[in-house]
Amino acid sequence: MLIRKSTDIRPSEITDQSVYMRRREFMYGAAALGMAAALPTSAFAMPLSAIKSPLSTDETLTPLKDVTTYNNFYEFGTDKDDPSKNAHTLTTKPWKVKVDGLVNKPADYDLDDLIKSIALEERIYRMRCVEGWSMVIPWIGVPLASVLARIEPQGSAKYVAFETLVRPAEMPAQKGFFQPLPWPYVEGLRLDEAMHPLTILAVGLYGETLPKQNGAPIRLVVPWKYGFKSIKSVVRISLTEKEPKTSWSLQNPREYGFYSNVNPAVDHPRWSQATERRIGASGGGLGGLFAKRHPTLPFNGYGDQVASLYTGMDLKKYY
Amino acid sequence: MAALSLQKGSLSRVVLGADPVRRALYITGMMPAVLYFYWGVTDQLGADPQNILERALGLWALRFLIASLAITPLRQLGGPNLIRYRRALGLLAFYYASLHLTTYMLIDKGLDLNAIIADIIKRPYITVGMLAFTVLVPLAITSNGPMIRRLGANWRKLHRLVYLAAAAAALHFIMLVKVWPLEPLIYAALVAALLLFRVAWSLRPRPQRRAAAN
Repeated sequence: MLIRKSTDIRPSEITDQSVYMRRREFMYGAAALGMAAALPTSAFAMPLSAIKSPLSTDETLTPLKDVTTYNNFYEFGTDKDDPSKNAHTLTTKPWKVKVDGLVNKPADYDLDDLIKSIALEERIYRMRCVEGWSMVIPWIGVPLASVLARIEPQGSAKYVAFETLVRPAEMPAQKGFFQPLPWPYVEGLRLDEAMHPLTILAVGLYGETLPKQNGAPIRLVVPWKYGFKSIKSVVRISLTEKEPKTSWSLQNPREYGFYSNVNPAVDHPRWSQATERRIGASGGGLGGLFAKRHPTLPFNGYGDQVASLYTGMDLKKYY
Repeated sequence: MAALSLQKGSLSRVVLGADPVRRALYITGMMPAVLYFYWGVTDQLGADPQNILERALGLWALRFLIASLAITPLRQLGGPNLIRYRRALGLLAFYYASLHLTTYMLIDKGLDLNAIIADIIKRPYITVGMLAFTVLVPLAITSNGPMIRRLGANWRKLHRLVYLAAAAAALHFIMLVKVWPLEPLIYAALVAALLLFRVAWSLRPRPQRRAAAN
């Protein structure tokens, strides 16, 4: 019988050269993680490094605390602080994304395989909620176009449909008597919107993996549309020929349309969209109580890049 | 309203009344407003302080309205008679409604009168909210001894408007939410129950006096 004497150091224990070369980054990351651990919301976060992008805004960032405690993620409850209280139960590993419909490479992709070798970019975007508030968030993610190139849409594909996880055991508002929306939460984009360089699949924010209440482990970010278009915790991406159904327009078609581009000239039927409250703004020095509202910009200020997608369309009709 | 009887006593006596329980009720009743303003200016209201302050003040107005509407059914159902605290509850509801409206006009709209008027005309939930407040104004003005004496039997008729105010306030709350969360529905159910109770009470079979004497 061959008795192998183990060597003192196994190959698996040797730090990979590429990791060794990034040891300082790792330390910074660990320090950030240590600080973040003070917030229970970020206890699971891992540092991510990403390249800067010319598409980022240089506006003042919304504080991390506000980004991670003021959320609409109805699977975890309808109050703004429900997701940060309840989302810790979500398991995000392993995470499969089902890719189907009009694509050449349909499969149940492991999340890592879906975005593997696509460079992570930091994109600092304005985010405008349909409710009349806004944030500036440093996302980390990959262009959706790069992922679409990987799964190869067929020529007949005109839309991309997305679906959020349904897992009542871990998403408390998906069970019980009182459920705010039908599940799964579904969203969609026209293919040219999905291919636009501004559209990303985010896997992190503030230099770390996505907090669960922000849509871990992977979510859409479409900065020129109202926030609800940026679907969270995505488990399915389908290419379709017909315009896909979207959750809020199913819930109330008069108030929420498929396009939902940020537009100060088209009011929500019940409230004005002309201005917005910038979350975390500390104007007036009295705890933000008297901070001035910001004017809302067409396409959330991304008109130069995206207005051409809608040439000739009546944006009052296609709200 | 209080100013009308200023000549009768000290300001605190006029504002708070002589009854120590009533005084305590006014003081504790105003505590939520004081606390929310304090939390607001010391940055303790979280990410969206303007919205939280505005909503809290509106919610307390609705709570005090509901409390004032509960006084009579409570007595009719054999509970304690708290009628002497009803005016305080109603006035607290009015104070909170005023503060709620002030934060809306000052913080939400930056005193832009055109925007406020456009809101009132165009946005049904604002219209309904303004209706609730407008109805409360004459009730608050007439919530004092001299006005009660002056109006006589009309006072009771006038103050039935509080039913309209409560219904409008509950509706205002429901109309501004996106889905159907439980909270505004619970408040609406409470208002509906208190109003329907009054209808049922007025229709209850009453023994005729002669029959009762036998």
